[in-house]
Amino acid sequence: MIIPKLAFRNMLAAGAKTWLNAVVLSMAFVTIIFTQGLYIGFDAEVSRAMIAAEYGGGQYWEERYDPFDPFTLQDAHRPLPDPMRALVDKGRATPILIVQGTIYPAGRLLPVLLKGIDPEQKILTIPSSALKPRDHDLPALIGSRMSKAGGLKKGDVVTARWRDAKGTFDARDIEIVEVMSTTVQSIDNGQIWLPLRLLQEMAGMTSEATLVVTAKDSGPAPSLAGWTFRDHDYLLKDIKNLIQGKTIGASIFYGMLLVLAMLAIFNTQLLSIWRRRKEIGTMMAMGLTRGRVIGLFTVEGALSGVLAALVGAIYGIPLLAYFAAKGLSFLGNQWDSYGFAMSERLFPTYSLKLIAGTTVFVFLMATIVSFLPTRKIAKLKPTDALRGKLR
Amino acid sequence: MDDSILIKTVDLVKIYPMGGESITALAGVSLTFKKGEFSGLVGPSGSGKTTLLNILGSLDIPTSGSAEVLGLKVESLSHKKAAALRNHHIGFIFQTFNLLPVYSVYENVEFPLLLLGLSPAARKKAVMDALEWVHLAERAKSRPNQLSGGQCQRVAIARAVVKKPEIVLADEPTANLDAENSHYILNTMEDINRDQRTTFIFSTHDQKVIEHLRRKISLVDGRIARDEIPAAAREVRP
Repeated sequence: MIIPKLAFRNMLAAGAKTWLNAVVLSMAFVTIIFTQGLYIGFDAEVSRAMIAAEYGGGQYWEERYDPFDPFTLQDAHRPLPDPMRALVDKGRATPILIVQGTIYPAGRLLPVLLKGIDPEQKILTIPSSALKPRDHDLPALIGSRMSKAGGLKKGDVVTARWRDAKGTFDARDIEIVEVMSTTVQSIDNGQIWLPLRLLQEMAGMTSEATLVVTAKDSGPAPSLAGWTFRDHDYLLKDIKNLIQGKTIGASIFYGMLLVLAMLAIFNTQLLSIWRRRKEIGTMMAMGLTRGRVIGLFTVEGALSGVLAALVGAIYGIPLLAYFAAKGLSFLGNQWDSYGFAMSERLFPTYSLKLIAGTTVFVFLMATIVSFLPTRKIAKLKPTDALRGKLR
Repeated sequence: MDDSILIKTVDLVKIYPMGGESITALAGVSLTFKKGEFSGLVGPSGSGKTTLLNILGSLDIPTSGSAEVLGLKVESLSHKKAAALRNHHIGFIFQTFNLLPVYSVYENVEFPLLLLGLSPAARKKAVMDALEWVHLAERAKSRPNQLSGGQCQRVAIARAVVKKPEIVLADEPTANLDAENSHYILNTMEDINRDQRTTFIFSTHDQKVIEHLRRKISLVDGRIARDEIPAAAREVRP
């Protein structure tokens, strides 16, 4: 225990130099945790929103359905198999039918996806209850982005045209009964939500669906002929890839920050060993072995990591807690154009794993960087050190 | 070896390579030091005093010959064993005091005891006793930069003797001190030598120190020119 005790004394006695290193390192510390927390929070928020509004507990896709190929929509529909029907009846799944169509707002032509959803469903957060039959002929629900793109507002009536299962074009007026506000753009842009049963009739696809969304806590999905189950890993792959890409980019940034902090520690260590070479000689004369002198200097440097964690905690905890509670908006009015379910404010999330991992990582780096310059001591003769020589 | 002999050197040679040449610092030194001696290696600069002191302190090894300290051959000691020898049995006093600047007086004196692994209570007693010997107990909390040169050297003496070593090696201990402080320091060391039977070996060319020595070993060009007991020492010797 003698070495940590001596190292602690020396570190505190070094004064401003120690604090400067600790502050620089703590900045790297807090920045890493903040940035990573931001990505984790972003990932969590986007995933949560998309699961709640679109993905549920996973989706069964009709085997021909490909969301990136609109031509597949013509064929990608079929009746629900019995097990799936049973799930729907129990309220554990909700079918969605997708039909390609066109609307003509104010004489313009706008290609859309007509999506049929059960107005009674409780699986997704889409306000589908607005589609419950009232006195509207054909009620339609759209998102605010679609509203903007089509110049449509609540109460507007617009003509929609589609092709039914037999390939025949048909058209009908639909009335916008609700404009929903959602962060999930993939249920908004270019989409018009209609009552499932009405869309099935209009398209001649009675009791058929393109995909079936299961409830969040459905458990393992059984294999069903003609349907492919897509779990969260598959459905959220794009967002995960984006986060991963961003994380790599961010790693370069805080890698640079860390390098700066580590350079400061390395430089301090080097200077410290050079300046304290007589002290090293004296300690050796008093019976400290070279190994313990190396240990002393390494622990001194490594303690910078500990001190940095403490300094970082002093200003970092309130700062990070503030952003975790209030979120932060740094995208200005660009937040809606990222193609993901991103809200105006991002709320960072800091996990124990992130904090502990960062602490251990920075501590290890500080220890390694502190150790490197001490290798000079391994070759130092006590008599040379006492004379102030250091090769 | 006689029980009272703490140090024995036989034909000690130390050669330093210097560029393409080599410098002979010690050229066959054979000596013995007994327990309780108050001896000095005397000679001009470059005569080999400090080199000999360093070898006796296991800080350096001879090129040839043998140096036996407390029954251990310095030339064959590992770094670890040499450090242990210094830690347990040898105290050092340096010309430039070599106090650890960031430590207080108390902490400086405590340092060798920390290495010995003594309990906090034992350390405290030993440190305060040592500071009492050098009359600096009231400055225990001061930093070295708050002390005069004489006070610093007294702290260095306290640090050297706090663990009650068999041998104290003092390299030009008065070189940076005025006459009054030198006298005070030497008296302090004489008191410790008398009270604790600690062997003191000095390296010096300071006349003030030489006057206090009870054995004077003159070195010239790495050889012993004279090994004598000064007349004044003979008079006081029982």
